[in-house]
Order: sequence, then C-alpha cells, then structure tokens
Amino acid sequence: MVTYIIRRLIWGVVMLAIVSMITFAIFFLVPRLAGATSESLASRYVGRTATAEQVTLAAEKLGFNDPLIVQYGRFAKGIVAGADYDYGPGVERCPAPCLGYSFLTRLPVWPDLLNRIPVTMSLAAGAAIIWLLSGVGTGVISALRRGSFFDRAAMSVALAGVSLPIFFTGIVSLVLFSYGRPLAITAPGGSYTPINENPAMWAYSLILPWITLAFLYAAGYARLTRSGMLETMNEDYIRTARAKGLPERVVVVKHGLRGALTPIVTIFGLDVGLLMGGAVLTESTFSLPGLGKYSIDAIVNQDLPKVMGVVLVTAFFVVLANLLVDLLYAVVDPRVRLS
Amino acid sequence: MTAPLDVSGSELEVAPEPGPVGPAGRAIEGRSLGQIAWTRLKRDKVALTGAGVVIFLILVAIFAPLIVSGFGHPPNDFNQDLISTETLAPKDGTGISAAHLFGVEPVNGRDIFSRVVYGARISLLIAFLATLLSVAIGTALGVIAGYFGGWVDSLISKTMDVFLAFPLLVFAIALAGIVPDTAFGLSGDTLRVSLLVFIIGFFNWPYIGRIMRGQTLSLREREFVDAARSLGARGPYIIFREMLPNLVAPILIYATLLIPTNILFEAALSFLGVGVRPPTATWGGMISEAVRFYSIPHFMFFPGMAIFVTVLAFNLFGDGLRDALDPRAR
Repeated sequence: MVTYIIRRLIWGVVMLAIVSMITFAIFFLVPRLAGATSESLASRYVGRTATAEQVTLAAEKLGFNDPLIVQYGRFAKGIVAGADYDYGPGVERCPAPCLGYSFLTRLPVWPDLLNRIPVTMSLAAGAAIIWLLSGVGTGVISALRRGSFFDRAAMSVALAGVSLPIFFTGIVSLVLFSYGRPLAITAPGGSYTPINENPAMWAYSLILPWITLAFLYAAGYARLTRSGMLETMNEDYIRTARAKGLPERVVVVKHGLRGALTPIVTIFGLDVGLLMGGAVLTESTFSLPGLGKYSIDAIVNQDLPKVMGVVLVTAFFVVLANLLVDLLYAVVDPRVRLS
Repeated sequence: MTAPLDVSGSELEVAPEPGPVGPAGRAIEGRSLGQIAWTRLKRDKVALTGAGVVIFLILVAIFAPLIVSGFGHPPNDFNQDLISTETLAPKDGTGISAAHLFGVEPVNGRDIFSRVVYGARISLLIAFLATLLSVAIGTALGVIAGYFGGWVDSLISKTMDVFLAFPLLVFAIALAGIVPDTAFGLSGDTLRVSLLVFIIGFFNWPYIGRIMRGQTLSLREREFVDAARSLGARGPYIIFREMLPNLVAPILIYATLLIPTNILFEAALSFLGVGVRPPTATWGGMISEAVRFYSIPHFMFFPGMAIFVTVLAFNLFGDGLRDALDPRAR
C-alpha cells in the first residue's frame, strides 16, 4: 500500500514536469511561429514608452534570447526555488512557487491564482455535490424501474441535458431566474461573495451557477449510472446476495451500486480535477472571478504567463484527483488489490 | 497454447445435410453482424429519427448557398431598413416574416435564418474532421498499445494520462487565441477551420485511445487470434485482418458519439471568440453576440436550438447504433 502510494506520487510529479515542459514549449514556440521576437516579448514588460535600447536590454536580462531548454530550466527552477526578475529598473524577487510575471500588470502570477482558487473551488465543490447526488440517484432509480414512466422521463431530460451547451443554459437561467427576472430565486447583487464574509450571500451568489453546471454533469452521470447498474444487477453475485435473503435495499446499495460505481469514481475524479482548474464557460457566463474567468481574460490580453499558470494549476488538481481516485478504488471495489 | 485439432480423419466427413428449416418451412439464412444490427436499428424509431435529422442537417450544410439564395438574403448582408434607429431592435420586435423566417439580428439586421444555415457548415465540417483526426490517432495508438503491451503500452498509456490532465478548453482557447490571422501559409476561414480541427481533434484522441486499447486487450486473448498466430500470421496481418474488422463497431459507435461533443466544443470556442472569425456565421458566435440583447430572445433562441437539435440528433443516433451493435450495453 505504502509503496503503491509512493510510486503514484512519483509518477504524479513526473507527470506535472512533463505537462509543464509541453506547456512551456507550446507557449514559447507558438508566438514565435506567429512572428513574435525576443524584443516584442520584452517590450510587454517594459511598457510602450521604452526606447529600443531599453527593450533590447530587457530582452537580454530576461533571457528571451537564450535557448528554449535554458529558459525552461529557469522557469522550472522558479517554481521550485523562486526566481529573481530583472527587467531594467531593478531586481524583483519572486518567491517559491514562482510561475512568472504577468506581461500586463507586471505582478507575479501565483498570488493572483491563490486569490482565484477559492472561487473556483466553491463553484466546483457545490456543483459536484449536487450532480453526484442527483445524477447517481436518478440513474439508480431509472435502472431499477427500467422502462417505467420515471425512467423514460428522466432519461429524456438527461439526454437533453447532455445536448445543451452550458453557455446557452447559463444565459437562459440568468434571464429567467436571476434577481429582477420573472422567476427570481437569487438575491440582489449577483457578484461573488467569499464564504468567510457572508455564507448566506456566498450560497446565493453561487446557486444559479451550481445548478446550471450540475445539470450538465448530472445528466451524464445519470446515463452512466443507469447503464452501469443495469449491467451489475444481472451479475451472479447479485443473485447470490438475494438468495442469501438480504433485504433488497442492501442488495441494491451494497452490491449493485458498489459494482457500478467504479467507472463513475474514475470520471468523477477527472471531472472535479479539471473543474478545479476553472469552469471557463460557467465562470464567464456568470461573471464569477475564478480561475476560468482569469484564464479567459489572460488569453484576451495575450498574457501567456497567466495562462501557463492556470494550465499548471489545473494539471496539478487533475493529478491529485487521479491519485485520490486510485486510492478510493480499493475502498469502493473489493476486487481491486493495490500492488 | 491451444493444440491444433486433428480434423483430417475420414470419419468426420459426413454427407451434406439439408440446412435447418424455419417454422414457416423456409431455410434459415446465416446473418452477419451488420445485418443483425441493421434489423435492430430499423426497429429503433428514436434512433432512426436521429439519423433522419442528421442526414437533413448534412444536406442543409452542403446546400446552404442554394437554400439561402432561395430567400435572397445572404448571411452577411445588412437589412438596416428593418431596424428601428432608436432602440436598434428590429422594428416589429423580431423581424420574422416570410422573407426572414427566423427574423433579423438587432443593430444591423442580418438574416438569422441564413446565418443559422451557414453556421451548420462550419459546425459540421469542424466536428466531422476533428472526429476523424481523433479516431485515426486514437485507434492507431490504442491498438498498438493494446496489441504489443509491455513498454509500448505503458508509454502510450502514460501519454494518454498526460493528455487527459490538460485543461483542454483553456489550452484550446489559448492556442486558438495566439495564432495570428495568417500562419502556416493559410489565412481567413481556411486557417481558422484547420486550426480548430487540429486543436479539437488532437486533444480528444486519448478518450478513443483508451477504449480501443481496452477492446484490443480483450480481442488479443480470443481464440481466433490464437488460431491466426499459430498458423504463422504476424503482427500487421493480425492487426489489420483479424482485429480491425472487430473494432469497426466500437469505432463507429464512439465516432458517432464524439461528433456531438465536438460540435459543443466548437460552439464553446466560437462563443468565447476564438473560433472562426466574424463575420462568418457560427452558432456559438451568434449566441455570444445575442447575450448583449437578451431582451430580444429570438436572436439567441434560433442558434441555441440549432446546436441543441444537432447535438441531440447525433446523440440519439449514436445511442441507437450502440444498442444495435452492442446489445449488452443496453
């Protein structure tokens, strides 16, 4: 067990390193393929009023003329040990997880990300709870009452749910349910309120995004749970469990659902991990100041260090979620032995 | 290792029997998997409806110029005469008439019907080509990983893990956002379409790859593969002649189910402003323009419904195809 966890941790770190290399290479190469030069990149740091010499000097000092591998080495070292940035007027210290400086604001990226992570986490956690309970619950009932009215209605709604773009449902729900609209369910002042300031306002400001996001995922999970349950309920061990005289509730939950849960846990880990890196469409539809909105704004301004920061943070969450999922397997599925 | 059966004994040679006879006295014919699937699919009215809508939409996309010229309102033409100069909204609210079936846009009065019809071209073209790319890469690498196993398998599987850890949408937006208007010798819509096909297709292959790897792993242990190997068949022969025909069904199913995902993906990129550039009509782009005019709901309604109907039709057809080809999954 311990060796397994250590091995998984090492692979997680290796994976993050690979992701950072690919990300760095792409964000380094693509602007250059598109015609950017060291000087044009450096001029973003020193501002528009700088002279040509200042720009050349900054490009030299920031190391934009160094080979790709040297630049990546400096970037990686910054994440582990921090880095010193020097672009003319003075040296600035960027402390340990240093993901570089924004082109636009010249502020370090990491503190920005730290400010945004709670918003995205609130959104993802709330939505995840809603969709897991409603999606899996609906799927189980549908499978048990296969062919019934409930099953057909629920599966039709689920199919519609996976066929609607979230930015469309988001806007429709804003038009219908936000404050001042016909079917208002939210309080005035729709912008995000941190949970430690006012928990009630926090929930109010997130209820629409939660439901919109959860609806999309719940639809997929309901379909997945239903087909998984239909398969496991036909297994021999279910017949054995019934033959033992176990109550049907125990058969369904402890034997049937447990067997059907494995693929759901896998996908749940991946989905939550990716969402932690920002629900781009939901956040931009509902103007939530999370990582997704942050990355969109950064992309619009061609602020590559910020985008790279978000990509790496997301990859971190996905790796972490995958690790937790693999450990959960052993709990959920008694057939899995970790080795 | 399975020992080859000795079937040369003369006692096994029997006189040809008449074939089995069905209840109505007719001979029962052997049916291929394809025929069985087709019979099942024919009974599935919902899937057939989906297929019908899909075919209809493909025809609409192909004949878009013809359809639009029938109404005489090209998608990028302004119809300022229908717009109120005060509110910038269509004069009668929507502008819906026999000439403008879905009404006109606020501000410049472009015909929404024409734009939705032309939007189908971009949407379907990108979704189809991107799916083709994903399926090609995913099948090739998935089969190689599943068949050869060992370090090849772990290399490809770990590559898939890395790909799945990328925030696909952020990455796609960033890439689509930093490529300039002229690059790689292409420009305009051609550049944007190829770029989107590449981004969507290239980052989606691990999903197909994982499925193909799993399928290949189970096929590899089947008797007919053992038989082929014991007859002296080599890797490429077994992969192409023995395994690939058995992978056609899952490839078809997952390709059909990947298309709607890719349609939603393209719509999301266009919605965020990094898809095909305006004024070319895209469904996602229309919705993002319509957001500012949410008090004029028909503007958002028609492109939204276009996405919904298209994605739903592909999902219905894909589900039906899966049920028909793989009845266990029902």
